[in-house]
Amino acid sequence: MTTRDITHLRVENLDEAPVMTLGDICRACTVHAEWIVELIDEGIITPEGRHREQWRFYGGSLHRVRTVQRLQRDLGVNLAGAALALELLEELNDLRRRLGDRG
Amino acid sequence: MEFKDYYEVLGVERDATQEEIKRAYRKLARKYHPDVSQEADAETHFKSLGEAYEVLKDPEKRTAYDQLGRNWQAGEDFRPPPDWDSGFEFSGGGYTQEDSAAFSDFFESLFGQGRGFHGGGFEGRASAGARRRSSMRGEDHHAKVTIDLEDAYRGATRTLTLQSAQWDAAGHLEPHQRTLKVRIPKGVKQGQRIRLSGQGAPGAAGGPAGDLFLEIEFATHERFRVDGRDVTLDLPVAPWELALGATVTVPLPEGAVDLKVPAGSAAGRRLRLKGRGIPGASPGDCYVVLKAVQPAADDERIAAAYRQLAEVSGFDPRPEWMDQSEGDRS
Repeated sequence: MTTRDITHLRVENLDEAPVMTLGDICRACTVHAEWIVELIDEGIITPEGRHREQWRFYGGSLHRVRTVQRLQRDLGVNLAGAALALELLEELNDLRRRLGDRG
Repeated sequence: MEFKDYYEVLGVERDATQEEIKRAYRKLARKYHPDVSQEADAETHFKSLGEAYEVLKDPEKRTAYDQLGRNWQAGEDFRPPPDWDSGFEFSGGGYTQEDSAAFSDFFESLFGQGRGFHGGGFEGRASAGARRRSSMRGEDHHAKVTIDLEDAYRGATRTLTLQSAQWDAAGHLEPHQRTLKVRIPKGVKQGQRIRLSGQGAPGAAGGPAGDLFLEIEFATHERFRVDGRDVTLDLPVAPWELALGATVTVPLPEGAVDLKVPAGSAAGRRLRLKGRGIPGASPGDCYVVLKAVQPAADDERIAAAYRQLAEVSGFDPRPEWMDQSEGDRS
């Protein structure tokens, strides 16, 4: 199998500035905009910008949306439950990282 | 192909009720979910669970599987009898898991697309039919890339092998593999996401290609701890280096620098090398934590030197404890 060299292509940093639109998030996660709005209402992700057309997201939102998606699909939790699990997981990972740092 | 005992996978009896099967699956799914579990083989384990549940939760598939599976043992070499599923009407269903392409050959041979399961909708995704419609944008792909801290300082190139499932002309899911050589820009952080436009799955019938999203993960570094763009290093120093001051050569990811340890430094002191963390629009800092180490007194001359230092200095490391320990003794 041949390896395609794409090192010349522009690499977009998604965490330096909020560059992803609502459409980008929907496409990347294969979901409807309405569901993303539910996640925003639940406080799982927060866009920059006031109106829907101006909304921009950091790359971290992508990770959160995809994790919630997996938790909902695989474990059958509702949105509030997935949000809670997500926050606890992030806290747990943070603690694990700090614990690993000391070792 | 090995026969898979789906009851064994879920740890339930063959006569388990649908409720028991659901409970067993939910419990094990929580335990082995790749987002939650720390077990090394969680992902493989979780996929087996999903596959077993996919069959046993569906009364039609379960009945078919039971008829077939009565005489089989897990791990036994298996080939489905021709037309084994005749007489069963499988209404819809098919795959409902996103990673259905990762289900085993065993599952595929029984319930796969080629076996007359119709309308296998993908939960939360475009259905098979919708995907084959004219001019569609390709799917976005997601992958993780592990790099070293040094790569974040300098930038790096990585060769990735991406697995995906693609629809062939006949409407079957085909596993597809491709390798890409990508540039990781300098200044990336742990957990950072980057996007390569147009490098996801190719579009259908002239539609644009999807994007490729990469999540950056740092390999654990033997010397540095990383927090955002700041990096921290423990610097071992001798007691006399702390007391008298010293110039120490410190190996930073971008190259060695000479660091001045000020005279009279306490162990645990944190020295900041401004802007020497991971580079970026606002570069991080490098913190050096002084960690006292001392020679063992396993040589008589060293022991004598320690005793002399104790005598000459008259040093009390715990002056504030004096009152209490006096009190204890009385």
